[in-house]
Amino acid sequence: MDTRSVRQYGPPGKVPDDMGNDQHHSETTLRVNGKPHTLTVDHRRVLLDLLREDLGLTGAKKGCDHGQCGACTVLVDGRRLNSCLLFAVALDGCDVTTVEGLAGDGEEPHPLQRAFLERDAFQCGYCTPGQICSAVGVLAEAAAGHPSHVTDPGAPSGQPVPLDRDEIRERLSGNLCRCGAYPRIAEAVEDVIP
Amino acid sequence: MTGSVGAPAERREGREKVSGTARYAAEYHVPGRAQAWPVPAAVARGRVTGVDTAAALTVPGVLAVLTHENAPRLREPDDATLAVLQDPRVPHRGWFVALVVAETLEAARAGAAAVRVAYDAEGHDVALTASHPGLYVPEEANAGAPGLREQGDPDGAFDSAAARVDVVYRVPPLHNHPMEPHASTARWEDGRLTVHTSSQGTNAVRAALAGLFGLPEERIVVTAEHVGGGFGSKGTPRPDVVLAAMAARQTGRPVTVSLPRRYLPAVVGHRAPTLHRLRLGADEDGHLSSLTHEVGTHTSRIKEFVEHAAVPARVMYAAPHRRTVHRVAALDVPSPSWMRAPGEAPGMYALESAMDELATELDMDPIELRVRNEPDVEPDSGLPFSSRHLVECLREGARRFGWAGRDPRPGTRREGPLLRGTGVAAATYPVMVGPSTAAARALPDGTYLVRVNATDIGTGARTVLAQVGADALGVPLERVRIEIGSSELPSAPLAGGSSGTASWGWAVHEACARLARRLAEHTGPLPEQGVEARADTTGTADAESERARHAFGAHFAEVAVDTVSGEVRVGRLLGVYAAGRVLNARTGRSQFVGGMTMGLGMALTEGSTMDAAFGDFTESDLASYHVPVHADVGEIEAHWLDEDDPWLNPMGSKGIGEIGIVGTAAAIGNAVHHATGVRFRELPLTPDRVLTGMLGARA
Ligand code: FES
Ligand code: FES
Repeated sequence: MDTRSVRQYGPPGKVPDDMGNDQHHSETTLRVNGKPHTLTVDHRRVLLDLLREDLGLTGAKKGCDHGQCGACTVLVDGRRLNSCLLFAVALDGCDVTTVEGLAGDGEEPHPLQRAFLERDAFQCGYCTPGQICSAVGVLAEAAAGHPSHVTDPGAPSGQPVPLDRDEIRERLSGNLCRCGAYPRIAEAVEDVIP
Repeated sequence: MTGSVGAPAERREGREKVSGTARYAAEYHVPGRAQAWPVPAAVARGRVTGVDTAAALTVPGVLAVLTHENAPRLREPDDATLAVLQDPRVPHRGWFVALVVAETLEAARAGAAAVRVAYDAEGHDVALTASHPGLYVPEEANAGAPGLREQGDPDGAFDSAAARVDVVYRVPPLHNHPMEPHASTARWEDGRLTVHTSSQGTNAVRAALAGLFGLPEERIVVTAEHVGGGFGSKGTPRPDVVLAAMAARQTGRPVTVSLPRRYLPAVVGHRAPTLHRLRLGADEDGHLSSLTHEVGTHTSRIKEFVEHAAVPARVMYAAPHRRTVHRVAALDVPSPSWMRAPGEAPGMYALESAMDELATELDMDPIELRVRNEPDVEPDSGLPFSSRHLVECLREGARRFGWAGRDPRPGTRREGPLLRGTGVAAATYPVMVGPSTAAARALPDGTYLVRVNATDIGTGARTVLAQVGADALGVPLERVRIEIGSSELPSAPLAGGSSGTASWGWAVHEACARLARRLAEHTGPLPEQGVEARADTTGTADAESERARHAFGAHFAEVAVDTVSGEVRVGRLLGVYAAGRVLNARTGRSQFVGGMTMGLGMALTEGSTMDAAFGDFTESDLASYHVPVHADVGEIEAHWLDEDDPWLNPMGSKGIGEIGIVGTAAAIGNAVHHATGVRFRELPLTPDRVLTGMLGARA
């Protein structure tokens, strides 16, 4: 991993230690798509920029940089999160999965990726990695019994929540698609519900 | 013919998009690349009197701060919005007054925050009103449409009409907000400029850069491999690409400029607000005698852009006496520009809402009213239509939607707190097509390579052009490879005005047909470099047509209005289109549905406000400007008629990227009236507005 770009400008007069740490940078280790990466990270750097700029993983997109669009959604320790809102330095030891890692090592795409292709669940593709990662998170949350705003309040607690259209729409509402692929995205998610 | 055209072929770049490997403009990791962050003006009108960059330059990692005092000099552009950092003038709030270039995004942003700009502020005027003293009738509105057209005596005919509707409608400023913010990566090497940009057409970008930097076009390469949407706001170059090229020149480093989301509304164009007054006069049978559509709008001080919202009234309905006029005021506002179906989207919202009002006035079915006013020729020009199947769209839509037997009485379908209603509106969008070039080559391995500088902004251009090429060559689709998205390829016009596929496809068709003829004459194996044919449709594609050419459609909406919260939910949207031949059923449907979704946003959630005191858009980010989300979108169906129109292009296609938005907002608004009995004449139909309206009606 090339860390030159982050090492060369600690505050003037401050000499970084061997690891490049100073009051503005810290060594951080993340597992990304199964591979460990140790980097000296600018404390201001968010996970999204670490992935895109330091690791060259540009699958996670920057739509707003403010937690308002979901284009940057990745899985951190299995949970879907907006990576533009996470300081990378706070994620030491975390396991991150991006759209590039969903398929694992195989040639075959993840079932959701396949479903997106089959349903034409995108146009420009800019929201797509976020939609897919978010949908992976949705499936896990529903299976784990997490309710949503539209879940019947009388549903048994802790039991898997069946994902109907309304549930899918509600749970994916943090992922904007300006191309308006929503109906196809909902169908693609339905296609992979076990 | 092998029948590739029309088939639901899967997107060629689909795998890259779902796996995250498709590369967008800010994602080119050129060695040594720096990042840049702009500084927007903090006054609405005035001059920059000083830029203090000292603090910014001490921020670790900052390489340079460009201002009007030190930025490379540009030649004067045709488009004044590209003359960035050239003089101290501030034409509107948000105009860029400096650019910080740094090693990293964080440093660039910190640097931008440290730049101190002093202004000499002047009083500003950003508030458009229907009686603004600055309003004038422009010679031309957007798309070359005459500012004013008048036939007969519209006022006299209106005064003597049996049924009359005289109403005002308002559409607020709207923002394109493609999901990929405008971004460009630029580098200079040996006097040559290479740019990766998020644009709807790179030939135009190259031409603009050549002009600005005084370079021959041969020394510039512009690519747009994947583009994360544009909807008009990337139709021509925007400041990001100019800033990136200037910064790269100044610093000697490759530079990426990716505009922060909140800065977009001020610098990439917006749909200007439109104030509509419609006067419709008809006889007892609903035949229009008089149609007047007057539109007031704004433009900026540096560019005249006039949203041509009165233009669809020149196409839609027969009426012997007519007036369609635009009035525009140049204010201290950001420059407006194209947003999906400029003119048609707001114009048809107002016209189709007013037609619904007339139907109510006449106690007539709104579909029947439209059928009665179907013209024989294009009303304004008198030209025959190349094809017009609006009535068929309305009838087919009515059948699919279940319109028959609809109780027309408003405000009567109550279910608990909900009021239900249905609405209909027509849609139209002109057929546009421009000249393009393309090349097709047969290779010894049995494959074909088609090259054309088309741009895929999400339409599926690669796929559909390969289909067109395969059919013209008479070969299976898999044998055709396609290269698009670079100014190094045969030049082609932009993806805009729903004209891309027609323009590029025409040239691809010609090049491939020519190649097929050449191959038929060829004997023996192909030479190693293959056999190539080229086409240039200049003079044919842009020849004046003897026909009025437009796509038409019908939109149906079913809504539920919550009388407690004022929330409007659209349970169902249905569109039927007559748009020539649809070349790819899969990607075509996605375009129609995408347009309808944006129309739903226009109807219910999207609206921007020009702040009179500060002179900027209050809703500048995605938390305040609400584009529709998953939960807003119920069932959306798009259907189309097989339309055979010989006056179009070799594929027989009309554009489909924009018509989906055109009638959607009116259909929803009309359904809300049907549900509630209240006529809302200002978008969007947010809960506060709807609730207030319903309470007002009850009082
Ligand atoms: S980029 Fe993270 S939510 Fe928009
Ligand atoms: S596919 Fe373009 S934003 Fe979703």
